[in-house]
Amino acid sequence: MTVHEVTFPITDRAEILKLRAGDEVTVQGHIIGIRDRTQIRIFDQGVEPPMDLTGAFLLHTAPNVRKLGPGKYEKLCIGTTTSARMVRFTEGLGSQYGVRAICGKGGFPDEAIEPMQRLGMVYFAIVGGAAALETTQIEEIEEVAWEELMPECLWKFRVKDFGPLTVGIDAHGGSLYRDVQEQAMKKLEDIYARL
Amino acid sequence: MTTITETDLGGAVADAAAHLYVWALKDIPQDLRDALGSAAEKETSVTGQRVLQTILKNVSVAEDEKNLVCQDTGIAVYYCRVGEHFPLHPARIYAALKAGTERATVEHPLRSNTVHTLTRENTGPNVGFRVPIVHWDFVPDWDGLDVKCVPKGSGSENMSFLKMCVPADGVTGIKKFVLESIVGAGGKPCPPGIVGVGIGGSADYAMHLAKEAIARPVGTHNPDPLVAQLEGELYELLNETGVGPMGLGGDVTVLSVHVEHADTHMTLNPVAVNYQCWAARRASAHVAADGTTTFERDA
Repeated sequence: MTVHEVTFPITDRAEILKLRAGDEVTVQGHIIGIRDRTQIRIFDQGVEPPMDLTGAFLLHTAPNVRKLGPGKYEKLCIGTTTSARMVRFTEGLGSQYGVRAICGKGGFPDEAIEPMQRLGMVYFAIVGGAAALETTQIEEIEEVAWEELMPECLWKFRVKDFGPLTVGIDAHGGSLYRDVQEQAMKKLEDIYARL
Repeated sequence: MTTITETDLGGAVADAAAHLYVWALKDIPQDLRDALGSAAEKETSVTGQRVLQTILKNVSVAEDEKNLVCQDTGIAVYYCRVGEHFPLHPARIYAALKAGTERATVEHPLRSNTVHTLTRENTGPNVGFRVPIVHWDFVPDWDGLDVKCVPKGSGSENMSFLKMCVPADGVTGIKKFVLESIVGAGGKPCPPGIVGVGIGGSADYAMHLAKEAIARPVGTHNPDPLVAQLEGELYELLNETGVGPMGLGGDVTVLSVHVEHADTHMTLNPVAVNYQCWAARRASAHVAADGTTTFERDA
């Protein structure tokens, strides 16, 4: 287990390859908030996102905000949603837009492992529900697009010491979720034999 | 006792709902804080410790910053115990709970989650057709009202499971279904949390009971010793699975298992599982017949 501090966006695949499943990561720089409806618009409705996603760190989120003026929002409470609902967008985000990291809670199913390895992407596990802390690590909402999808817009946040995150799926084919599930299924066989 | 108009009493119930909704989102009960603390003492995995320490830090940051513990303001669920002589009809109580939910959402402001289930368009400030959701109990020979607000997040609610086991599956079938449900859910419902299990009754009633079970404080047990024993066994077995905090592996998979039961048909054996995340938010109030309201976080 290694501890890393990384700054996004990251275009260089070699930087992503340094991260291994189980490692602890703290993130600096810019991250982009995205959710179900945002990705349905991009991929199912074929609308080009009005933000550059090259090398991006995407966060599965729909924040609580207060509107200050046109396109300007104050953060109130920003946390992270369950990723598994959005796994089918992984390949497109990497191959069409050059996304490098997807961060959410609860993990991605195994179908994300192959595209993440092929395209040089990682999945970061955040602690779900820990939104009060997460909000203090977001310095500012710098940009918002597709406000009509509120709160499932495209959000650009500037962050400081965002984490701690755990590498859930790495770009080498490693997945903590797969490993934990395999071990738990074996354990269930033992338990069932005792019932 | 002072006399009070229906309008004033409705206002008191609405005020209680508005206060409870925001309070529940910000200040999690003591039993849960204690359970999370002892989970951190037990956990031996590095990732599990990282998750639990972050959770504990988050609970204190929410307190210091007066912020929400979790961004998911949930679907507002209320549990009402209405006394036979409480001078406001449940139809009016419902309207007041709805008004309070709406006001809290607008004034705080809170994220509005409620959408039309087909069009997916937002239906208003956390209210809509049949939302909030209210569970009712009626109490004879009493003139009070107890309201418990349990904002339910979608991450945990999406991990709800029902199986119509057959009588020949027995108690073993019930245990297997709970185990496979929680292992299958993995990290998605934000473990370690409270596993609510409803057994018996009918399909819909089993899930209703599972939902009631998650609203009980950690450390409470079913009064029926047979059911309480099942709670203890499931707790031990689930914590053997190694799913761990946020499904990243570890010793602590669940904080508590609560089982509620009803008698059932001789050929039925329904089992329902409803998960409650570690941020198991709830807050309660008692409204007296004269509108006097007292709040209790830990009920």
